[in-house]
Amino acid sequence: MARMVTTRRKVISTAAAWLVGFLIFFPILWMVLASFKTELEAFAIPPSFLFFHWTTENYATVQERSDYFHHALNSIIIAGGSTLIAMLIAIPAAWSMAFSPTKRTKDVLLWMLSTKMMPPVGVLVPIYLIYRTFGLLDTRSGLIFILCLGNLPIVIWMLFTYFKEIPKDILEAARMDGATIGRELIYVLTPMAVPGLASTLLLNLILAWNEAFWTLNLSTLEAAPLTVFIASYSSPEGLFWAKLSAASTLAIAPILVLGWFSQRQLVRGLTFGAVK
Amino acid sequence: MGQITLQGVQKSFGPVHIIKGADLDIADGSFVVFVGPSGCGKTTLLRLIAGLEDVTGGAILIDGRNVVDVPPAKRGLSMVFQSYALYPHMSVRGNIAFGLKMAGIARDEINRKVEAAAATLNLTPYLDRKPRELSGGQRQRVAIGRAIVREPKAFLFDEPLSNLDAALRVQMRLEVTRLQKQLGTTAIYVTHDQVEAMTMADKIVVLNGGRIEQYGSPLELYEKPANLFVAGFIGSPKMNFVTGEIAKQQGAATIGVRPEHLKVERDGQGGWHGTVSVAEHLGSDTFLYVDAGPLGMLTARYVGELDLHPGDRVSLIPDPARIHRFDDSGKSIHA
Repeated sequence: MARMVTTRRKVISTAAAWLVGFLIFFPILWMVLASFKTELEAFAIPPSFLFFHWTTENYATVQERSDYFHHALNSIIIAGGSTLIAMLIAIPAAWSMAFSPTKRTKDVLLWMLSTKMMPPVGVLVPIYLIYRTFGLLDTRSGLIFILCLGNLPIVIWMLFTYFKEIPKDILEAARMDGATIGRELIYVLTPMAVPGLASTLLLNLILAWNEAFWTLNLSTLEAAPLTVFIASYSSPEGLFWAKLSAASTLAIAPILVLGWFSQRQLVRGLTFGAVK
Repeated sequence: MGQITLQGVQKSFGPVHIIKGADLDIADGSFVVFVGPSGCGKTTLLRLIAGLEDVTGGAILIDGRNVVDVPPAKRGLSMVFQSYALYPHMSVRGNIAFGLKMAGIARDEINRKVEAAAATLNLTPYLDRKPRELSGGQRQRVAIGRAIVREPKAFLFDEPLSNLDAALRVQMRLEVTRLQKQLGTTAIYVTHDQVEAMTMADKIVVLNGGRIEQYGSPLELYEKPANLFVAGFIGSPKMNFVTGEIAKQQGAATIGVRPEHLKVERDGQGGWHGTVSVAEHLGSDTFLYVDAGPLGMLTARYVGELDLHPGDRVSLIPDPARIHRFDDSGKSIHA
């Protein structure tokens, strides 16, 4: 029997969803608000919510003290580059595992996932030493390389799941219809895989953009992305909440905008395979 | 032309033999149904003919040419899949036109052919819709449209109606049969539903365990089943089988009588005696499940209503001309 969906039930669940959504969103909202306060108001008790003296001086100070655009450009190059390379490697890998699996395919997939179970800090010292030897410290290519390797298992897994969902019957129908492998790729497979490719690309971009462990440890100035930019505002002399908030707001703004416009793709990507 | 001949066709997946040597002659323009229980190899045999699987041994001849090394599209066959397998991102028009487009046919001609196919299948109003905007029956018709538009030598149907509800299935069954007769194209149709097989086929191939048990017209299979398997598989309700002394008197290891060939008499003389255990009253027919003691459970069909109830004593008199006899190995004995 179908479950009864009463109006009351709907109201309660909607309210609960809004509450959870607000709880998750609140830290970001608070950060944005704090970035427009003076340092004094930023940690005043009781905290002021909306009625304070709004100021943009933190943003001016932040831009004066450290070059936002330099870091932003690094972030774009590192996140974009590592994502592109990861996709280039992952598409053929996932493709072959999904469409011509062998006895070892499951093992290979599990092995890839197992590499994500190791805490990165466990290999920090060897990686650091290798990077120092090869002159990769504080270089964009060094960061692109490590982020690409780090995200590759997830990218391959996601794409594999997507490709797996494409029914074999449709490929066979295309073969019966006389499509060569090349035309099958262009006319049938790619159009069906585009939503999956797009959401994988987006998720990977966000993961790479937000990655802080390797970027903080392997770069200082030249190649430093926005994560380093934020971290530079937590200093031993004490925290400057308002300036830290302004820096963080600036750092997450691009990815927040990207995420906002692509939320449908992202949700589809994250729930893919779970819902038919 | 669409004459298909199988010569000793075999298929193994590793050590598992799915098709253990199939020989078959399918005449041009005939409607042949592959029927059998699940796992009997009927779909595999169809996919071998289509070229979606490679044969392990034997030859497949289409109009006299061995096609075992010819890719699917070059065999001149088209296939309708159980899941419809429509291209989800293309409109109905795009789906039907795809094969023609791949064959490099001129745009005008493609349009003309697609419109004609759509008109035949009553799909004209839906040509610009996507498959997800269609009902199950409409999707099925698009899949058929995609098959007919290429004017193939033969249609291959892989359980095409099994995803439809019962009423629609009957309607589509008629449509497919009518369309095939109208086009005069050879058709091979796979199903596990023996009613579909009996109603649609010119000839039926009964498969079991990777072997062809019998190949013949529906009535041949009904009247002269080659063995116990075919006798039990064709006909509904199933044929009654009796072994032991009664069979021996007839010079057979097993005798079979169809439910409709058992005359039911209320506690009459002669025949086989038993007690009604279940009586199904359909109005047009009455099905009786009779506990006949040492003979086991027997099913009898009476045309019309028969006022009998569980516990009633009845006698069942088999029609002597309609008794099927089988030897020790299960083969039919013909007098």
